[in-house]
Amino acid sequence: MQVHKYDVVIVGAGGAGMRAAIESGQRARTAVLTKLYPTRSHTGAAQGGMCAALANVEEDNWEWHTFDTVKGGDYLVDQDAAEVMAKEAIDAVLDLEKMGLPFNRTPEGRIDQRRFGGHTRDHGKAPVRRACYAADRTGHMILQTLYQNCVKHNVEFYNEYYVLDLLTVEEDAVREDGTSYKQKRVAGVVSYDLATGELHVFQAKSVVFASGGAGKVFKTTSNAHTLTGDGMGIAFRRGIPLEDMEFFQFHPTGLAGLGILLSEAARGEGAILRNSEGERFMERYAPTIKDLAPRDIVARSMANEVREGRGCGPNKDYVLLDLTHLEPAHIDAKLPDITEFARTYLGVEPYTEPVPVFPTAHYAMGGIPTNIETEVLQDNETVIPGLFAAGEVACVSVHGSNRLGTNSLLDINVFGKRAGVAAAEYAKTAQFVELPENPTAYTTDLLDIARNGTGEEKVAQIRKELQDTMDANMQVFRTADTLNQVLRDIASFEERYKRISVQDKGKRFNLDLLEAVELGFLLELAKVMTVAALHREESRGGHFREDFPDRDDEKFMKHSMAYKDDHAPADGTAESIAGIRLATKPVVFTRYEPMVRKY
Amino acid sequence: MTAEIAEPASKIELPAGVGGGGEIPTFDVHLRVRRYNPEVSGEATWDDFHLTMYGTDRVLDALHKVKWEMDGSLSFRRSCAHGVCGSDAMRINGRNRLACKTLLKDLDTSKPITVEPIKGLPVEKDLIVDMEPFFQSYREVMPFLINKGHEPTRERLQSAEDRERFDDTTKCILCAACTSSCPVFWTDGQYFGPAAIVNAHRFIFDSRDDAGDMRLEILNDKEGVWRCRTTFNCSEACPRGIQVTQAIAEVKQAILSRRI
Repeated sequence: MQVHKYDVVIVGAGGAGMRAAIESGQRARTAVLTKLYPTRSHTGAAQGGMCAALANVEEDNWEWHTFDTVKGGDYLVDQDAAEVMAKEAIDAVLDLEKMGLPFNRTPEGRIDQRRFGGHTRDHGKAPVRRACYAADRTGHMILQTLYQNCVKHNVEFYNEYYVLDLLTVEEDAVREDGTSYKQKRVAGVVSYDLATGELHVFQAKSVVFASGGAGKVFKTTSNAHTLTGDGMGIAFRRGIPLEDMEFFQFHPTGLAGLGILLSEAARGEGAILRNSEGERFMERYAPTIKDLAPRDIVARSMANEVREGRGCGPNKDYVLLDLTHLEPAHIDAKLPDITEFARTYLGVEPYTEPVPVFPTAHYAMGGIPTNIETEVLQDNETVIPGLFAAGEVACVSVHGSNRLGTNSLLDINVFGKRAGVAAAEYAKTAQFVELPENPTAYTTDLLDIARNGTGEEKVAQIRKELQDTMDANMQVFRTADTLNQVLRDIASFEERYKRISVQDKGKRFNLDLLEAVELGFLLELAKVMTVAALHREESRGGHFREDFPDRDDEKFMKHSMAYKDDHAPADGTAESIAGIRLATKPVVFTRYEPMVRKY
Repeated sequence: MTAEIAEPASKIELPAGVGGGGEIPTFDVHLRVRRYNPEVSGEATWDDFHLTMYGTDRVLDALHKVKWEMDGSLSFRRSCAHGVCGSDAMRINGRNRLACKTLLKDLDTSKPITVEPIKGLPVEKDLIVDMEPFFQSYREVMPFLINKGHEPTRERLQSAEDRERFDDTTKCILCAACTSSCPVFWTDGQYFGPAAIVNAHRFIFDSRDDAGDMRLEILNDKEGVWRCRTTFNCSEACPRGIQVTQAIAEVKQAILSRRI
């Protein structure tokens, strides 16, 4: 075991982590730990753009962007956070341009902007051109630009260091009202060096979680194989709640059968969705902005078309994304990558043939709760000093129950920057928290159990069955029956998980062992998501309950907070289901009263 | 300003069989993978696997099938699985490619499909190589925007033509397929290699950048662009379709003319 000491340790080297590192690295001694190489992070797979009310091509302002974000999230958005994001979006884009990001340009040489789902002029009157973009590889360009600037500023990376535990201590503390509580404090993290199999402890004054999402709980997903929710899982296991985990976004246009993402920018540039009758069916579901409605609405509409027998193909199980009315030169200039994906993986020529698409699991709206300073909360109000989170792993909450397209690239830049500044500033005056005795004990156990298991169960098989049941029962349409089915399935997977064995017993690049550990996180998070979904007996944003098809503001205009609690009785009551305790947190309102959400 | 697009029709006649489909065909493949694990033996060996795969499967799917169902110790890097993260460059039937972008049906499945680690970088285990020398060369070309003027309050202006000038080289995903396909790199590990030059090109020809001369000087080094023998392996290997050899030629030309 080796021990390293840094002022700031950042876990994850995608957009949020590297944006934080650029700030923190110039202010404090900073290390970035990633289980990949930085440029492999899934920010690089984002395509369409990053919204900011630059008003370079038409009238726009950040207040409209705030409204769209709040309405897009079906009013579950914390409005103070959405204001921060929409306001700081403008500088976030300009920062990236100054760092070198090659945005597409207008004829005047300014950053060009295009339309995107749910982003509108003057509170919903018509689509607005707000998304700044670099062809259909905006995420790639952001990831590369941030990495380039990390190189420029000599940011210290620990590549292929997989963080497996967060070290915290608890102190007795008393609130202003005289009640006593346990205050968590952060001491550092434990990581596993993939190349050698050795454990490294990183003691730090500040820890920033920026480790991304958990899309691999689903089978059909746009997410990378490595997006297994490690950061959320680690925090949860250490008693930190997870907020709004029932809200998972299904992106409408995944390549049918594969889930590979085709950007919403295709529809922003004029592509439309059609069913087996050749109908532009979004005219029925969102008469004003049609194919540019927010993702939850489009995904549900597509699934509904298929369910009502208007799907395409031999199994009538997908719809079509039609670009055939667009000029090939326009497609080549604005959408080169996604049209190549259609050619490579489906053998379809988008110039002349519509592309088979179906919703694909894309983004976790929920995550580790933070305030707008990116400080992590251990309950509804109490900040954990020195612990920060930003990006998909976090829930600040700017996305509410449904994220608008482009707002994730914005989120990682705005709140990544805030996290980097805040973590470094905190470290300037804070003292190191003493490491717990034997800091690697928990991690050593975790790895030994996985490595030394001799059971007959295979990790890949359990994972496949988990993903199958999540796709079948926790996707676009949900009912109490389907959700209870998932919980029963997960209970049996948890039993089987105790009897796994891994074949690779070595130290060097033991990715077999890694996948076993990742499955542990996936099982834990899938359960949290499903329990929260079962508890939320209403339909809002990305969470649609067929048995409760309406939004119920009276009962459910609040965030859900899931705590790991091994004493929570398994009595099936809504508030406590076998090891998970559910609570709620109020939504922050500033300017907008909830209204009926129509497009 | 882009022209407004005419509103598409509410309903069209779809041609028969649109979207393709029908049963996805299956076929058998023989995968021959180069194995090396210094914990077990200093010698590299070949392992053979016989698999039944689907018509839509990629080489990565075949490797996963082996790892998940037959031999969990088979080690390779991968992440996004659709050709944008650059993790899974490997030598497939003697050519550098991304395993996630190479469809099995496009290979000759009547013969064994060989899979080896990319060449010229130290092998760590099976298909995993040490990427550090590759990233070292990348860092040496100063792959970041250097601008000496005052920071404007708004964005710097750049014409669409100036932006187009370096568009091709912004596509690089640092997978190392080009560099590790270069015969010069195989024999001379000091050579910067195509990927570093591509990333220098991306800034040299960016109208916003002021350090082109410094980068040209770096690449004028004896381990720089002049080692390129124009074999075009790199251009053929690039999974992003970057015209790598042309980018190197443009850098050579700029060094000679001292004009960007």
